[in-house]
Amino acid sequence: MADGSIGLWTVPLAVLGGAIRVSTPFLFVSLGECITERSGRINLGLEGTLVMGAMSAYGISYLTGSPWLGVFAAGVTGALLGALHAGICSLPRVNDVAVGIALMLFGTGLAFYLGKPLIEPTAPRLPAIDFGWWSDIPQVRAALRVNVLFLIGVALAPILYWAFRTTRWGLLIRTAGESSDAARAMGHSVLLIRLRATMVGGFLAGIGGSFLSLFYPGSWNEGLSSGQGITAVALVIFARWDPLLCLWASLAFGGAAALGPALQSVGVTSGYHLFNAAPYILTLAIMIITCSPKRTLTGAPAELSITR
Amino acid sequence: MTSEAAESAEEVGAVAPAADPGFLQRHGGTIEYVLIPGAALAGALVVFGIFVMLSGKNPLDLYFYMYYGAFGTWFSWQNTLTRAAPLILTALCTALPAQLGMVIIGGEGALLIGALSATGAALALQGMPPLLVQIAMVITGVIGGGLWITLAGALRQYRGVNETISSLLLVYIALAILNHLVEGMMRDPASLNKPSTREIGAANMIGSIPGTDVHWGLVFGLIAAIAAYILIYHTVFGFAARVAGGNIRAAKIVGLGVSKLILTICFLAGGAAGLAGMVEVAAVQGRTNANLAAGYGFTGILVAFLARQNPLAIIPVAILLGGISASGGLLQRRLGLPDASVLVLQGIIFVFVLASDALYGRIGFLRGKS
Repeated sequence: MADGSIGLWTVPLAVLGGAIRVSTPFLFVSLGECITERSGRINLGLEGTLVMGAMSAYGISYLTGSPWLGVFAAGVTGALLGALHAGICSLPRVNDVAVGIALMLFGTGLAFYLGKPLIEPTAPRLPAIDFGWWSDIPQVRAALRVNVLFLIGVALAPILYWAFRTTRWGLLIRTAGESSDAARAMGHSVLLIRLRATMVGGFLAGIGGSFLSLFYPGSWNEGLSSGQGITAVALVIFARWDPLLCLWASLAFGGAAALGPALQSVGVTSGYHLFNAAPYILTLAIMIITCSPKRTLTGAPAELSITR
Repeated sequence: MTSEAAESAEEVGAVAPAADPGFLQRHGGTIEYVLIPGAALAGALVVFGIFVMLSGKNPLDLYFYMYYGAFGTWFSWQNTLTRAAPLILTALCTALPAQLGMVIIGGEGALLIGALSATGAALALQGMPPLLVQIAMVITGVIGGGLWITLAGALRQYRGVNETISSLLLVYIALAILNHLVEGMMRDPASLNKPSTREIGAANMIGSIPGTDVHWGLVFGLIAAIAAYILIYHTVFGFAARVAGGNIRAAKIVGLGVSKLILTICFLAGGAAGLAGMVEVAAVQGRTNANLAAGYGFTGILVAFLARQNPLAIIPVAILLGGISASGGLLQRRLGLPDASVLVLQGIIFVFVLASDALYGRIGFLRGKS
């Protein structure tokens, strides 16, 4: 079957493929941020964590030849940045939003600094699983080339949903997020709970970054992430701090982000940049529709500074 | 330079009590505002020195070249001041809304929109007297940038959308609009490799302050910062804004128009950043292209926080950070450091400055408690 014969079907197919491929970093960052925000703190620095994760994953994969070690290194880097965020935030009178902005700039700068020598070399990538073997159409096959990280992310969402509701850890995180006094009265250290929640959040965001450099787009350069991290943070807000909704929202975002390249591939080139901005416009639009000045958002952790 | 500043501030703290025991009670707070950010800067420089040492460079060389590249010669001073000009303006974009308790980090977006509108005005008015064109550029730049941040303010006020996130999303949208127009409608067909708009024309450039290579944008920045200071600390409007920033419920009870305050402040804030965009076009680039997204908007956030959101303090801090970015080229050439080293240092400074917030009111001898 020839390439052109499926014609305009390319667009929805590419959007579907994008929903699977592009959504993975959104998914990991938003799940990570979901954990952090449920504990009552917001980490805007995940944009920096994402870029650092991408850089360290690429570097370690290049040096060791194992992309999976790279993924792990990205997670550890993310957890360290998370620990830094939580550490500074635990000082008195320090604003978590501002620290997030600082770490966004710091993480991006550090990744560009350390990643300078990594722009040229090629590192081993993560393998893909071919779910499209049954089809003859190359576009379908391309759309269904799925990475294991995506499957892990999809599995993680219901697990987190369950963990928040029923496990001891999930309840502790939620208690810290709803009322730090209650958590303290139960004899738990709120700062410690938030430190762990921020580190786990950073770990997941770092893994999201490794997907960027090791699978799609699959190389390291300084333009790798332009706002995916911050979009994912916004996504948590309109997913109402619910891991399952984070999954659906990430898929929608991946599709939106794939719209620009998909239209370009069928020859619609005008407005390319505007279509590329689709995820940001979509985020803003959804926030406008779902937020309200009159009431607190349903499901918002009461201790979260950003929803006051 | 910075550690010197911190040391001299310490001397003041050490000498003064003997001279006048009441001195610290009265001025302890002011000294804190110099001493603590100064110490944070010094700490950040030490950490950056260690970081650079780990990549095998001599940190003393680093400090020397940073000083030399920023403030060592008249040439480097001019370079520093040229970079400080847009930083003062973009810092105001964060500092003004901060008076109302809002955290706006979208100065970069307002800068881009301001640059686009100013360029559009200049291209539409080709052939008119230069002064008229320049005035039109200032007005359109301010309005463009102002409306951009007003959007974030309005979304916060009327829809409850968090302004930090929306203003940052607007940066990416602004960049997309800029790329769209520069590669489409506004493209100069002659710009092949780097899509750009047509040039605004040499006659319409705002030029340099006589006797220097520093452009008039610096004066724009100084005027804007001083005007912002007067507005915030010496007018009823500014007083109302600070009341609303301190306690929004109290402000509503005494009948302050909070919506009007938010929208006006956001417009002025965005207008300042838009003016920075206009200055970059009319004094440096001469046209609009993707070069304008050079990160002035993001460094401006750091300037505002380091200056503790005080419009007057923004001026020296912007010069300091302008100096750091001016020395970047020298660090690259002489020490072989990547151009991102300036970003790393900025990040470290930011982290230190925020962590130092915990110190205020805790330094015993400054409270006369010794």
